[in-house]
Amino acid sequence: MSQSLSASVLLTIALAPLVGAVVTGVFGTAFGGNRIGRVACHSLAIAGVLLAFVLSAHTLWRVAVADAHFNQTIYTWMVLGNLKMEIGFLVDGLSAMMMCVVTFVSLMVHIYTVGYMRDDDGYNRFFAYISLFTFSMLMLVMSNNLLQLFFGWEAVGLVSYLLIGFWFKRPTAIFANMKAFLVNRVGDFGFILGIGLIVAFAGTLNYTEVFAKAPELAKLAFPGTSWLLITVICICLFIGAMGKSAQFPLHVWLPDSMEGPTPISALIHAATMVTAGIFMVARMSPLFEFSDTALGFILVIGAITALFMGFLGIIQNDIKRVVAYSTLSQLGYMTVALGASAYSVAVFHLMTHAFFKALLFLAAGSVIMGVHHNQDIRWMGGLRKYMPITWITALLGSLALIGTPLFAGFYSKDSIIEAVHFSNLPGAGFAYFAVLAGVFVTAFYSFRMYFLVFHGKERFDQNPDAHHDEQHGAQHAPHESPWVVTVPLVLLAIPSVVIGFLTVQPMLHGDFFKGAIVVNAAIHPAMTELGKIFQGPLAMALHGLTTAPFWLAVAGVACAYYLYLVNPALPAAIKARVMPLYTLLENKYYLDWFNENVLARGARALGFGLWKGGDEALIDGTLVNGSWKLVALVSGVVRRFQTGYLYHYALWMILGVFVLMTYFVWR
Amino acid sequence: MTLTLGHFLSLGAMLFALSVIGIFLNRKNLIILLMAIELMLLAVNMNFVAFSYYLGDMHGQIFVFFILTVAAAESAIGLAILVQLFRNKSNINVDELNTLKG
Repeated sequence: MSQSLSASVLLTIALAPLVGAVVTGVFGTAFGGNRIGRVACHSLAIAGVLLAFVLSAHTLWRVAVADAHFNQTIYTWMVLGNLKMEIGFLVDGLSAMMMCVVTFVSLMVHIYTVGYMRDDDGYNRFFAYISLFTFSMLMLVMSNNLLQLFFGWEAVGLVSYLLIGFWFKRPTAIFANMKAFLVNRVGDFGFILGIGLIVAFAGTLNYTEVFAKAPELAKLAFPGTSWLLITVICICLFIGAMGKSAQFPLHVWLPDSMEGPTPISALIHAATMVTAGIFMVARMSPLFEFSDTALGFILVIGAITALFMGFLGIIQNDIKRVVAYSTLSQLGYMTVALGASAYSVAVFHLMTHAFFKALLFLAAGSVIMGVHHNQDIRWMGGLRKYMPITWITALLGSLALIGTPLFAGFYSKDSIIEAVHFSNLPGAGFAYFAVLAGVFVTAFYSFRMYFLVFHGKERFDQNPDAHHDEQHGAQHAPHESPWVVTVPLVLLAIPSVVIGFLTVQPMLHGDFFKGAIVVNAAIHPAMTELGKIFQGPLAMALHGLTTAPFWLAVAGVACAYYLYLVNPALPAAIKARVMPLYTLLENKYYLDWFNENVLARGARALGFGLWKGGDEALIDGTLVNGSWKLVALVSGVVRRFQTGYLYHYALWMILGVFVLMTYFVWR
Repeated sequence: MTLTLGHFLSLGAMLFALSVIGIFLNRKNLIILLMAIELMLLAVNMNFVAFSYYLGDMHGQIFVFFILTVAAAESAIGLAILVQLFRNKSNINVDELNTLKG
């Protein structure tokens, strides 16, 4: 018995943050003359997001309990021939869950921002941006067609660009936001090619209609080649996901995006926007199910990201960058799950990750505030005495991240590893190894950061870069953050601990995603096999204690404990031993170097070549100047006949007459 | 000896050839050039009249009157231009009148 949801409620969910964004953006900034103050701005923005969250929670409840759903077009934007461009909502288990995650994390971040951005001049502008982001992300997840998805996709990219460059006076921030924008362009190009192919061959943008035509599309070949059309479409779409969800090799923008303020690192670059790619692939599961090639590609890309980005996290010293590389690695896990056809596991990990990673980022932000905007973990240490709430919540977040049984991350990550184990695609063996090794790496870098920040010797007064001015000296000891910062931490810590235990049953093995996620169990048995061994969340946790991932995680924590607390001199010694490897990691596998020197310089050289060779030489030189030069050359010859003497003209005339006469007489 | 059409046409051709030679050989005086053009027209007239007579068609002779009229008008204009030219350049030497040179 399925019920329908009210369109006006869904519209309110999407538009409430937009109203908040527009009002704060226009009237709260110099743009509209600073008509409303800081308190009015944050109240309004928070009220909008709160409204959206409450209604989203209500919608989720209706979807989960009463099996309600909604799939309707609200507004037709334009009609081009047979192609309708519409705005509509599709709300089922998948989007309702995403809506809740987005609005909840967004709400937490809004509240947190009140404390974190207290001293910033761009306070009101910041609220306008994050509310706009919430609107865009909601449009993305609630969409019932590819066009609106693409709109949301680009809008979140735009807000991400604006927020990475929020402190626009820093050259590094401008560099980072340009980099994010350009790298995302590469992905979006693939994405729009995929959408274009769908439109060209299915003739519609609406999800339901596209999915209905998927079996037909699966039989076609890409024109002019022997490739399967559906494979090309899926790989194009996945390239879009690679850009947005920062998968290797399009991941390079995410670590640099940490130039933005910490709240948006939590909201956009950890919990929600970067998971848009995962969401999109899960939403498109009826298409991806037809292409084993695309799934294998996804599996391998995800595995590379999961393992190798984790390695980079080990050597980072900036607290936010450690968390950023951890995010990359976890996004890799989600992608691996997508590749193994375990879409619901990917989305499940997306949800748990959103909570604990937002928590870790906000905790990192709280730490940064506590130690007076120092981000280098080498100059922290022993903070648990000074920041108890941040300490406890960060510990809970880290435990969830490394997959401690009973914590949220355990259920999702363990399910991913098992799903990959059951996957029969080529590359699954490598992916299984990568995710398994990734567990150790994750545990190691998470607890390396945790131990360096909260335990060990207090090193925050030894920072050589810190400014030792007089007025700062008095309050140099770290301090706990205000309640607007700690309350979101606590509220995020709760789901980080319990959400996996509570929802693993319905989300992975129940029918919560029925109709939203399609898996062809005959070909891709991972989910079915996973269901066979699942005997309830508690049994899973107990069984988890005996499996390899748990012990790898324990080993990771133990290694971090030994290296950074028991014997802090050892890491430096190891570093000296494996200098080439360290240099490789320090330079992030030289991908930035490659991008800047080969791709960017190559593109500039190509552009220079086209400018000099194509534009200046061919068009300007040959076509434009060449034509006048040719005319000048011809006329230089012809002008010699123009002597100016009448009798010469007369001679030519008479010669002409003779020639004509001769022609007519002897014709 | 009877005069045949051939004689008249030969005369016309000679007059025409003379005028052409006049145009080419004359390097000094623009007036002679005008006269040569007149002579050229007269050579044409000669042909018209000869054909008109031998074919018994009056149209040719009527045409001659028109050509004479037009030639007179043309000479008048030519002379007027010549006067202006002389006022501007102080000579009418054909060899020096090459301002149309490209």
